[in-house]
Amino acid sequence: MSIRENFVVPKRYNTVALALMAVGILAIIGLYVTSGSKADPHESARFWASLLQNSVFFLLVVNASMFFICATTLAWGGWQMAFRRVPEAISAVVPVIGVIAGAILLAIAFGDNHTIFHWTDSHHVAEDPILNHKKGFLNKGFFAGATVLTIVLWSFLGWKMRQLSRSLDAKPLATVAERKKYIWNNTVWAALFIVVFSLTVMSSIPWLWLMSIDAHWYSTMYSWYTFASTFVSGMALIALFVVFLKNNGYLEYTNNEHLHDIGKFMFAFSVFWTYLWFSQFMLIWYANIPEETIYFQPRAHGIYKGIFWLMFIINFIAPLLILMTRDAKRNYGTITFMAILIIFGHWLDFYQMVFPAVSPEKVPMILYDFGVALGFVGLIMFVTGRALSKAPLLAKNHPFVKESLIHHT
Amino acid sequence: MAVKKFVVGNFDDEAVLFPAVKKVRRAGYKIHDVFTPFPIHGLDKAMGLRDTSLHTAGFIYGISGTATAVGFITWALTVDWQINFGGKPFFSLPAWIPVTFELTVLFASVGMVLTFCYLCQLAPFVKKDHFNTRSTDDTFVMALECTDKTNEAEALGFLETVGAKEVKVEYRETEWWIGRYDKEKKLFHKEN
Repeated sequence: MSIRENFVVPKRYNTVALALMAVGILAIIGLYVTSGSKADPHESARFWASLLQNSVFFLLVVNASMFFICATTLAWGGWQMAFRRVPEAISAVVPVIGVIAGAILLAIAFGDNHTIFHWTDSHHVAEDPILNHKKGFLNKGFFAGATVLTIVLWSFLGWKMRQLSRSLDAKPLATVAERKKYIWNNTVWAALFIVVFSLTVMSSIPWLWLMSIDAHWYSTMYSWYTFASTFVSGMALIALFVVFLKNNGYLEYTNNEHLHDIGKFMFAFSVFWTYLWFSQFMLIWYANIPEETIYFQPRAHGIYKGIFWLMFIINFIAPLLILMTRDAKRNYGTITFMAILIIFGHWLDFYQMVFPAVSPEKVPMILYDFGVALGFVGLIMFVTGRALSKAPLLAKNHPFVKESLIHHT
Repeated sequence: MAVKKFVVGNFDDEAVLFPAVKKVRRAGYKIHDVFTPFPIHGLDKAMGLRDTSLHTAGFIYGISGTATAVGFITWALTVDWQINFGGKPFFSLPAWIPVTFELTVLFASVGMVLTFCYLCQLAPFVKKDHFNTRSTDDTFVMALECTDKTNEAEALGFLETVGAKEVKVEYRETEWWIGRYDKEKKLFHKEN
């Protein structure tokens, strides 16, 4: 087979993506009819909570791709060059889902329904000493500003990184000095992204977007834990696209060695996620202070028990045992299966972050949420496919390409 | 203790060594071992060595660490010496996870280091024969084991054709021993 440098979106791929998006829209309509349109604020909150959970989860997952690129760039890593265009293309989804998620978040914060973010209700906050103390951080103005700024910065810096990468396709770097300058330039922009990323996903934004649903409760590990969750799902998503492209005869320079390393990321960050998840749990369990344990009461012991432990099995025990061996990480089937399982598991993780506070009496019918999730999956497929087809799949003029071609684990 | 006869080729470049290993194997010679100053990725594959079972051993050590920790703490705190910690049940798994984790890592790491040393025959006072001491510096040494049927002249010539800078027939001890290097053998004399 000749070298297929450019990805041509297969018709069937787009059909599937559009069908999934249609399912998503149907699910949103169904959700709106069954709960969103109800006058009872608790009923309609369920609609918004589903949109919040899905949009934030998938936004953070696609953004993890750009984090992967920037982290490897800063580490002067070369091994990912063979498939680097894949995470680049995935990160092109950030502005799209960013607009959706931003709109949903602002709609929830500025809407009349205060069930999800009950700190938005000024009468309630005035009577509540805890929320009153948190007013400096948990207020609508700060929320809106931080949300918009975050999404704009992610989109802009991601776009800049993609531009830098694509600028090489037209003009090769002839001299060593030019290459050094390019690497330096790349490093500076990657460092900027990492700084923004660590000030947002890794430290503050999940507090605003997710933790403030349980506004009384707090955990300083929450953001870092959310980051671990989305980063491992992001690596799983990259693995899925790499396997998909390999199976369709693209990415011929990406081989088992690269897949092995992606598998290592999935394995290692599953364990890392468990470490954070457990650390957050154990400190609260040990201290046994009611204002803290209230978070785990509905999740680990209440009606969300099943989802809580299912998620633990999917996100920790399954990757630990299945991805441990070398052969498993080099097997397309195992990697595909585990990648789907991991994304699903962390989606469940986000589900149990959002819903116990919104719907404490009964576990909402989860099928609609699957539908909404499928809609986002379709959107990611569609936009990533478009982005993949726009540039050659191998950034062949990048100074580090050789390192990736001879990569060996 | 078994002193054997070897045909030894010294290479000065791993880019030459790699194809040489493949050619030597294809020609039917049995490679005793290749000694390099630094680890070379893929050389084990080229030499046809099987994958190490060190990680399987590590898994078993890790599991035994987990079992030891959980088993011992369970016995100590629920059977032998029950203590009430802040009203928590005697069997409180979350509190034991850190210790279990640490013991798992400890068993796996110490066990793997010791197994590695055993497999490589590395230990204090253990001595092994060297083909060429420059294999710790800048020379890549390939040793072919000779049998009764080996035509040494042919093997020496073949090693030279695949790029060895220096070839010779040498007798070397293959096992390890405890004690001193035999001074009479002058193993460390400077090669001219």
